[in-house]
Amino acid sequence: MKVGIGLPNTTPDATGRLLAEWARRADDGPFSTVAVLDRLVYDSVEPFAALAAAAAVTERVRLATNIAIGPLRSAAMLAKQADSVARLSDGRFTLGLGVGARRDDYTAAEADHHTRGERLSAQLAHLRTENTDIELLVGGSSGAAFARMARYADGFAHGGGPPRAFASAATRARAAWHDLGRPGRPKLWGQGYFALGDPDRGSAYLRDYYAFTGPFAETIAAANLTSARAIKDFVRGYAAEGCDELILFPTVADLDEVDRLAEVLA
Amino acid sequence: MKVCVLGAGPAGLYLSILLKRADPAHEIEIFERNAPGATFGWGVVFSEETLGELRDADYATFLRITDTFARWDAIDIRYRGEVLRSRGHGFSAIARKKLLAILQERCRELGVVLRFETSIEDPAELPEADLVVASDGVNSVLRRSRDFGTRSTPQGCKYIWYGTDLVLDAFRFSFAETEHGLIQTHSYPFDEHTSTVIVECPEPTWRAAGLDRMSDEESIAFCEDLFARDLEGHSLLSNKSAWLSFPRIRNRRWSDGNVVLLGDSAHTAHFSIGSGTKLAMEDAVSLANAFVRHGHHDRAAIRAALVHYELERRPMVDRFQQAAADSAGYFERVRHHTGLPPRQFAVNLLTRSGRISHANLALRDPEFVRRADLDFAGEPDRLFAPPPFLTPLQLGKALIPNRLVVTGDPRGAGLVRTAPIAVSEDGRITPETQVGVASYPVDAVHEAGALAMACLTHAGRRGATRPARFGVDVPLPPDEAWPLLSASAVSYGPLSQVPKAADEADLKRIRDHFASAAAEAATAGFDLLELDFAQGRLLASFLSPLTNPAEDRLRFPLEVLSACREAWPEERPLVVRLTVTDWAPRGATIEDGVAYARAFAEAGASMIHVEAGQTVAETRPVYRRGFLTALSDRIRAEAAVPTLVGGHLTSTDEVNTVLAAGRADLCLLDVEA
Repeated sequence: MKVGIGLPNTTPDATGRLLAEWARRADDGPFSTVAVLDRLVYDSVEPFAALAAAAAVTERVRLATNIAIGPLRSAAMLAKQADSVARLSDGRFTLGLGVGARRDDYTAAEADHHTRGERLSAQLAHLRTENTDIELLVGGSSGAAFARMARYADGFAHGGGPPRAFASAATRARAAWHDLGRPGRPKLWGQGYFALGDPDRGSAYLRDYYAFTGPFAETIAAANLTSARAIKDFVRGYAAEGCDELILFPTVADLDEVDRLAEVLA
Repeated sequence: MKVCVLGAGPAGLYLSILLKRADPAHEIEIFERNAPGATFGWGVVFSEETLGELRDADYATFLRITDTFARWDAIDIRYRGEVLRSRGHGFSAIARKKLLAILQERCRELGVVLRFETSIEDPAELPEADLVVASDGVNSVLRRSRDFGTRSTPQGCKYIWYGTDLVLDAFRFSFAETEHGLIQTHSYPFDEHTSTVIVECPEPTWRAAGLDRMSDEESIAFCEDLFARDLEGHSLLSNKSAWLSFPRIRNRRWSDGNVVLLGDSAHTAHFSIGSGTKLAMEDAVSLANAFVRHGHHDRAAIRAALVHYELERRPMVDRFQQAAADSAGYFERVRHHTGLPPRQFAVNLLTRSGRISHANLALRDPEFVRRADLDFAGEPDRLFAPPPFLTPLQLGKALIPNRLVVTGDPRGAGLVRTAPIAVSEDGRITPETQVGVASYPVDAVHEAGALAMACLTHAGRRGATRPARFGVDVPLPPDEAWPLLSASAVSYGPLSQVPKAADEADLKRIRDHFASAAAEAATAGFDLLELDFAQGRLLASFLSPLTNPAEDRLRFPLEVLSACREAWPEERPLVVRLTVTDWAPRGATIEDGVAYARAFAEAGASMIHVEAGQTVAETRPVYRRGFLTALSDRIRAEAAVPTLVGGHLTSTDEVNTVLAAGRADLCLLDVEA
């Protein structure tokens, strides 16, 4: 299993200088990928812009959206942004897409929330028809999302949780893959949050970032990986369940976090 | 910590014991609307595994509980006049009243304050507390006072909970035929004097039998008469017994601020898998341990413990609720299984909730499985039979050497399906789809010891796409595509070509193509023929109301089937691959699927290959391991036709279970090479 690191593009107060240096350090480290999240109505840097900056200062790591909320953009605009990052990075790009969970993002983007699933399918069909080179992942937990993943994508992006939750989603992804008659098997990506330097600040960030989910924010904050041992257990658990690539997202935008995580994984 | 517990059932009492044991400084007060001795229901069943957890959590309670246990290890199934016994299941049961008395006593010893006959109608009446526990059951007052995202849906049969003074020596399922339908009991002993008897039947049977209008005495008399053989002259005892529907309770959140749901108020299972009290007491263990882990010194620590408890318990509870739904659904439809031979009926019952497999049964009761396997092989007088997946299947004059079906490498399989073969150029799925059977290596399949099945298709509106390694339903560039046909002029997916609605001339041509391809397949030496009426391909598009506005949706598929049956040698089996539910609003349902399967069987199909969904691009599939098994079970039982099923079966144990229980006759195995 490969392990990647998130870029803190959705933690408030992350500067361009910090994001660039973060990506550069990740490029030196043991990480396979630098990944970004997507949130419109939140103090954050747009995911494709963040990856464009990362592309300019890295040579080795893959760059991934894990995930970007497809239906906030038109199909053509999404394809343009994806193509741009792929070109800026010499093809080191993986496009993970989902419908997201936040209605306020749709309102702000003037995008219809009700038809988001069908719109994502149309975007994926568009990307597949126009460009077969970019690696595509799809996230989501509904049956429709798994079918969409198996129909158009190269793999599945899990939304986070303990290894057992990942395992059950992975089974559903494989079942959908066979059902749609795809050869081989889907690539399986997982993700988790970590904070090694300042756990309380990290968990406070998660409570704020996920405040829109109500009390569930507590659940997400409680799952923040705040010790070397917790991270090692988590990595081992995901590897055992057949995960291909695990992304660990930072909850504290402090450059030392890259080195701390690198040390844990070494 | 000051703790306020609403409801003195097993969940609330046991949590109080465990909290007080961990820290005697806790002040715990329990409020219960009933008197200490008042209770509903009779016995409670525990498995060996649950007992282990209780032993670890509080040994004193464990000892007192196990001292009064009724223990047994057999399940008896009375069906068609025979009683079949399966051993090795390891149950223990206790009277619910006795269990509560033990827990109350232990609470008092530890200094928990118990306030009985104290009805709390408004949670505002509760004293101030650091933690408020809603262990007040299915109809929790406390849960209703806040937004936990509660959903309650009735599941399964109408049921009533009786006792009897007959002491059983096994768990017993008994099925009684009546003129109104099947009525069954679940019975088990729980002390040296008494057994529990739950009577249940589907709501239509319940109404037809008049049980909805009977007085308590009439209802008892009716059940005593119906199950007289089981009761052996003993009578049924009522305990404010009433006919009910069992609700499935789910909550989006299990805690809100300092209020936490525990046991039935958080989730229910179903009496047919008997896990309500077990789940409630395990909840208590988990929550008590969460406070040990996170402490309780301030609000944040308490919140962290409540979150930890929910995270730990939810996956376990989800699994039990799935099993409970499967089990409740099984008993609601069990009348369709009365065609199964007794031992296969028993295997079907024992494996109904997916928690026990063929291999588990073989460990628990090797003799039972040995005989079930012999019956399955149709050789009851031999000493040993192969496992079900290695048992040959006689289908018409074809003898399929084993039950495994694969596409691709034939080694080890009984039957090899070809990749889809288009009956005409314009019926191809992708440019790589083979047209006609001519070049298929049938001899190589035979040399590997398997039979060969030709799968004929016409892609319909799902044609002219790129090969599947790039995704499916991705249209070819216009200059490489060919014109498509379907039952109506509606495109399949986004960007897909709009097909032409087939006219009579098209239909005749397609029918002739299928028939000549069938004749060619016979000449090429294929042993079985499969016609693709599934997943939105051309013939499937005629069967779904989503894609065919016509009234008689069966007409054209039946014409094709008849034409192929005529062109295909009579003694060789013909399989119809059928989407038995569209999994989409306003689409074909499983009831339609059963009717279709029956019609095709009457028209000469020897077997139905069960598929679901993909009629339209946006559907609501339910993916999991064996996701088509329950549908296959219904088609096989209700349309009385053999079935072939896949649906992500990944091990020979899963296949053995499907076959031994009579849920299908052949299985497609998904192996990731």
